[in-house]
Amino acid sequence: MNKILIALLSGLIFGLGLSWSQMVNPDKVISFLDIAGNWDPSLAFVMAGALAIATPAFIWIKKRQKPVLESAFHISHKTHIDKPLILGAIIFGIGWGMTGYCPGPAVAGIGMGNLEALVMVVSIYAGFFAERFFAGK
Amino acid sequence: MENFTPFSALAGGVLIGLSAVILLFFNGRIAGISGIMNGIFKSPRNEMLWRAAFLMGLIAGALLFKLIAPDFITFRSGYPLWLIAVGGFLVGIGTRLSSGCTSGHGICGIASFSKRSIYATLCFMASGFATVYLLKHVFHIV
Repeated sequence: MNKILIALLSGLIFGLGLSWSQMVNPDKVISFLDIAGNWDPSLAFVMAGALAIATPAFIWIKKRQKPVLESAFHISHKTHIDKPLILGAIIFGIGWGMTGYCPGPAVAGIGMGNLEALVMVVSIYAGFFAERFFAGK
Repeated sequence: MENFTPFSALAGGVLIGLSAVILLFFNGRIAGISGIMNGIFKSPRNEMLWRAAFLMGLIAGALLFKLIAPDFITFRSGYPLWLIAVGGFLVGIGTRLSSGCTSGHGICGIASFSKRSIYATLCFMASGFATVYLLKHVFHIV
């Protein structure tokens, strides 16, 4: 039960952060990616703000044997740079640039009553299922 | 650069970082949105619930912000929906192949000094820049 409440709280704070930083606004994201236009570096500042908190806190958290409410950390230990990683990231970036939405703002945008965000979320799920189908999972 | 909003960007970023710290510290989980979205349709029930709660919190957080500051964000209108549909599909496929998106790789992964996440972030940034350049300045689609 506590784990569910923590997840709810974490999601709520994430949603407030995406809203305050205006990352729920696809125009704001596209004006970051539009380096040849009227460039808006705000997105880099969002990442800087998040990393300023998460980087030192993660180092401290990972010194613990386990998280507070679970018996182990659920973290990827992969280090190999492979083709799916690079190809997938490139495909993701193309979709991100076409729309101005990455997954977080698409979900949060539903809470703002934005129709585009709903279309985006449905399409993302279509992509998930397509990948699973082609990979034979 | 007249649309640059450094203060709200940093403040919102700090909240996003705090959210990721809470999830890792208590639940031992990475706040990667594409992974959480994907996970609600394939996990056992106890694994599904926290993910559903996180996504509901995400929607509720944006709704709450909209209630507090209704005029802070205005959305574009008339953007071609086919572009959203095709782009969304690519975001879905791409984030599954590379096991992460802006939050999982760009924030949590980089905060963990993961080499894979640094490579992924450089790649999706580069293709994002290239795509917007082509759509706006070469093909004039948007």
